Amino acid sequence: MAGNSDPLSPRAKLAVTAGKAVAAASRAAGRGSGSVIGGRVALKLDPDLLATLAQHLDVILVSATNGKTTTTRLIAEALRAAGPVVSNALGANMPAGITSALAGGSDSRYAVIEVDEKYLSGVARDTDPKCIALLNLSRDQLDRAAETRMMAEHWREGLAGSKAVVVANADDPLVVWAASSSPNVVWVAAGQMWKDDAWSCPSCGGVMQRPGDDWFCGECGFRRPTPSWALSGDHVLDPHGSAWPINLQLPGRANKANAASSAAVAAVFGVPPQVALERMYAVQAVAGRYDVVQFMQRDLRLLLAKNPAGWLETFSLIDPPPTPVILSVNARGADGTDTSWLWDVDYTRLTGHPIFVLGDRKLDLAVRLEVANQSFQVCETLDQAVQMAPAGRIEVIANYTAFQDLRRRVGN
Amino acid sequence: MSDNSLRLVWIYPDLLSTYGDQGNALVVERRARQRGLDVARLDVRSDQPIPTSGDIYLIGGGEDRPQRLAAERLRRDGGLDRAVGNGAIVFSVCAGYQILGHEFINDLGQREPGLGLLDVVSTRGEGERCVGDVLGDIDARLGLPQLTGFENHQGITHLGPTARPFANVRLGKGNGTGDGTEGAYNDTVFGTYMHGPVLARNPLIADLLLKLALDVNALPPIDDRWYEALRAERISSAQQPA
Repeated sequence: MAGNSDPLSPRAKLAVTAGKAVAAASRAAGRGSGSVIGGRVALKLDPDLLATLAQHLDVILVSATNGKTTTTRLIAEALRAAGPVVSNALGANMPAGITSALAGGSDSRYAVIEVDEKYLSGVARDTDPKCIALLNLSRDQLDRAAETRMMAEHWREGLAGSKAVVVANADDPLVVWAASSSPNVVWVAAGQMWKDDAWSCPSCGGVMQRPGDDWFCGECGFRRPTPSWALSGDHVLDPHGSAWPINLQLPGRANKANAASSAAVAAVFGVPPQVALERMYAVQAVAGRYDVVQFMQRDLRLLLAKNPAGWLETFSLIDPPPTPVILSVNARGADGTDTSWLWDVDYTRLTGHPIFVLGDRKLDLAVRLEVANQSFQVCETLDQAVQMAPAGRIEVIANYTAFQDLRRRVGN
Repeated sequence: MSDNSLRLVWIYPDLLSTYGDQGNALVVERRARQRGLDVARLDVRSDQPIPTSGDIYLIGGGEDRPQRLAAERLRRDGGLDRAVGNGAIVFSVCAGYQILGHEFINDLGQREPGLGLLDVVSTRGEGERCVGDVLGDIDARLGLPQLTGFENHQGITHLGPTARPFANVRLGKGNGTGDGTEGAYNDTVFGTYMHGPVLARNPLIADLLLKLALDVNALPPIDDRWYEALRAERISSAQQPA
């Protein structure tokens, strides 16, 4: 490091400038925010740039299968109580996107960084984080991703001996396995509805016993650690036993869990839970998710759900029947090209909702719903589905690229 | 089995239900109920005994370590062998298919004994995983339309003399032996690499299992319009250049 007034080497500075210029050109060409391409160019010019940029920041990493983007946002809001924050708020969560985000934060004190699961170990090595938040791990895009348990193993190896405070979900056995190689863990009982990726002990392969909220392996003794923080209904319980109400605008149990983990992270940096939570209440939508938009004189709430665990949490937060529901599923590269996962989602939970399906793989959804004995309408377009939907706010649930398509259509 | 009931056993969902293959159980269950059958579906976890009185047993795909654990527990349990001895129908997918053979390569890179219910031996390929949509022709003896499915595996499965290829692929890798075969079967035991899930993409295979279990030649027709639409789309899409 060259000194406080000028922390970047000439090479790093050149890389940042070149990256910004490319990003601006990409934006001007209408190709999105340009953060990924800009970061890629910058990293090529200076491969150590991520480490260099991270040097003068307190880095917080956030990783999970679900809830990364939202939790990153909640932590960023909370830490703004303590100082300026830079963050990859739009979810560009691989090294190029992260580098690009940090390059824009030279005056910040904290960097709150969402990291793709596959890159967590590498980014943790490069950025020397003060804190790492691990929320959950479950099956996702198995046609191109590593096996879920292998991901936990990979985290475990990458985090062994890390100096960071690891804030980890005590209710997810795979996360506990990943985190327990770290010397300094803060356990949060954040809950987890989806259990089907952790019936087999990540340590010895024994069958997990899961009475109530507890879990343990009957064979090797691997068990749920005692949490110091907990989500309890609508409250966060802190390590002193105080209960703080959660009044988020974001819906659902999963977001309360994200808030509990975020409060635990904020406390690592001296921000008390009531201050942290208060600041999270301002968050209304995250990268378009949970946004209520007006379209064809109707209210549509846009919900992103990419995998069975995500759909399960989403079904639990939608308005009750007869609220109409639109489901949209694609299977492009970013979604995973195998739609078999739809069969791990329990669609009988939609009983009583008028259901409309669209997206590239609407016929997979149609067969899935037929077998779940649900009534549904197959639609060609969002406009058609909205037209057919009975009165009331419409819940729209879509996977990744389907969600992007919907946002484009409603102009959000 | 009694006249109007069907006992459907879904083996080891805690280990072998990673790739949506429980859809196969849902499809068989639904199509049996639509024919007026009284279906008892039993999901058997790997710390529970396999019942020997089931009519149809389904096994799915799983990751490498769970596959080894499942093979160990199924061998120790012995119930599936006895069920097959009693004439039960077994339909297996991917990791489950390999387990039903004589042996496969486990997560430790070692040869792991299977159950020997299908005359096949599986090894592991050296190259890239086989991932993508598959299109094939099912063995003509079974009288079924084209096979559509999704494969995601690195296995190579060689068939012995008492196993017949379940299908021949037009697109995709199937058994990975280079001869175009996909899956294997004998009188009552079936194996395939296809996900999708395969019975949702090919409901007439589900009906074949029901007919074998019920020992009937035909089943009352049901409304297959969404299955047909999905099949037409997947078959046409598989034939498009990527």
